[in-house]
Amino acid sequence: MSQHRAGPYWLSAPALAVYAAFLVVPLASIGLISFQHFEFYGGIQPGLTLENYRAVLGDSYYWEIFGRTFAIAALVTVFCAVLGTLEAIVLYRMRDPWRSLFLLVVLGPLLISVVVRTLGWALLFGSTGLINKALQTLGLIAEPIQFMYSTTGVVIALVHVLVPFVVISVWASLQKMDPAVERAAISLGASQLTVVRRVVVPLAMPGILAGSVIVFALAASAFATPAIIGGRRLKVIATAAYDEFLNTLNWPLGASLAVLLLLANVILLYTSNRLIERRYKAVFAESAA
Amino acid sequence: MSHLVLDNLSKRYGEHFAVDGVSLSIAQGEFVSLLGPSGCGKTTTLQMIAGFVEPTSGSIRIDGRDLLVVPAAKRGLGIVFQNYALFPHLSVTDNISFGLEMRQVAKPERARRVAETLELVGLTGLSARYPAQLSGGQQQRVALARALVIQPELLLLDEPLSNLDAKLREEMQVEMSRIQRTIGITTLMVTHDQAEALALSDRVVVMNAGRIEQDGLPLDAYENPATGFVCDFLGKSNRFPIDRIDGATAQIGPLTLQLPAGIAQRLQPGARVLVRPEKIGFGPVGSAALPATVSSRVFQGDHWLYQFDTPLGNVLVIRQNDGGLQPAAGEIVNLVWRAEDMRAVPGDSLAQT
Repeated sequence: MSQHRAGPYWLSAPALAVYAAFLVVPLASIGLISFQHFEFYGGIQPGLTLENYRAVLGDSYYWEIFGRTFAIAALVTVFCAVLGTLEAIVLYRMRDPWRSLFLLVVLGPLLISVVVRTLGWALLFGSTGLINKALQTLGLIAEPIQFMYSTTGVVIALVHVLVPFVVISVWASLQKMDPAVERAAISLGASQLTVVRRVVVPLAMPGILAGSVIVFALAASAFATPAIIGGRRLKVIATAAYDEFLNTLNWPLGASLAVLLLLANVILLYTSNRLIERRYKAVFAESAA
Repeated sequence: MSHLVLDNLSKRYGEHFAVDGVSLSIAQGEFVSLLGPSGCGKTTTLQMIAGFVEPTSGSIRIDGRDLLVVPAAKRGLGIVFQNYALFPHLSVTDNISFGLEMRQVAKPERARRVAETLELVGLTGLSARYPAQLSGGQQQRVALARALVIQPELLLLDEPLSNLDAKLREEMQVEMSRIQRTIGITTLMVTHDQAEALALSDRVVVMNAGRIEQDGLPLDAYENPATGFVCDFLGKSNRFPIDRIDGATAQIGPLTLQLPAGIAQRLQPGARVLVRPEKIGFGPVGSAALPATVSSRVFQGDHWLYQFDTPLGNVLVIRQNDGGLQPAAGEIVNLVWRAEDMRAVPGDSLAQT
């Protein structure tokens, strides 16, 4: 009998081992390192201390980076939520073969390496890049817009990368919707716009919120895009942690930045999930037969 | 006076006519059912009236006004959808008041009418619930209330009871009939369920392949089906080929039967007589009695369902369960029926009387 009960554990042991080796152990080490002292000429010292956290939380330089990171993430989330929802609704209204084609176009960014895609944006963003040239030719702007090394550029590039996540989750919500509901609203006198505003968007709301949570988490921890578009001038937590690890070699400080970012993300994901579940419990409850 | 008039209404998809020249008029306050199998065009007809499908040709009028020039959102018809199509994110009250909001009805007036309608459909007390917290029957009532609260000229019901279990369906039939009569609203129901159509409607319109097969009172359509399709679709029936007609008597296999008045002239070659299974009884041996062996019998509570082997082939008989002893499988009985319970239906040809 005991052998039977142990069976599942043995079967999942390889997966658990991989999980432990490549996720739990590195994370635990990062956590451990973040509590260790760093000596500029001696490297990491044994013994536990809170000085790294004190250094980060007591320095306005890091507060600014945290503020910038979450401001960018919030902006990206808002843009992605609006754009992604509209895209998903338009896609939902399309017929095949256009629907499949455009779904592929929307999901396209996910198929390309984030570095390649961001370098593409860098080409477009330059002061003599395609976007600025076009806007100047059209006479819309006199001076080139500063996209590179600016929040605007980082937000645009991140929105492009992350919008598919909102599209996918809103799309999933819309698939669950009974198409007759829209007709019901029309039969009661609603215009197309009212149908979208009063029926489609509220029904897609769980998808919009779920997608936004994913986008926020990914935008807050994004590395490649802020590193390439934002550069050294526009640091976010991920790039700051990277610099601590690889440039100043202050692993403990970098680790504490990483841990704080992880904590902030986990708290955000957890609370927003709880809120969404509570808000929509009654709407999507099992039918009380 | 005719309230809703469909005139020669057609809908063509490519080469296929989903609805083919349907003409129908419904009087004020009448309850009419469009009855037919799936794909017969009944739902397309309903959707053309609702404004969700554009007709290829023909016209739809309400009180003489052309309905086709009015967009769906402005037609002001009350529609109950097959799956109710309630707004899952709105409470019962908000679901019902949606149509009133669209009409910019003032808030106090809205609350009053919602409360009134909730009472009409018997949902008072559930106004704060969400659709997912309601049973199927309650959702059905909300859907009905939502359609009725806007005081539509016409109520369209799309398979309204098909998602309910048998017991609840009967209950809702009584309920819908009561509500429809209370407010006296002109109603058009689409259904494939003949029991539902016969129970609720003042008139049934049987459709097949995009055309109307018969338009009549429920009892009349059941008792005097105009075509072979109607007699197959409405209830169960036995059909016997006629071998020979001598004046007023017909030879059907071993039987010599007196034909009811007026039927003999209508019998074309290849025609059949139709006898409903509940009109067949057990009787003494005679020239008008069909010897039959019970091949199976099924007990259904209030009635028995019999299959008989006879010289005329398989015969279906329904006997009321009066508590008495009934013949068992293998027993031989004589089947009899009254001459006036026979109906003539055209043969396999599409010729109609």
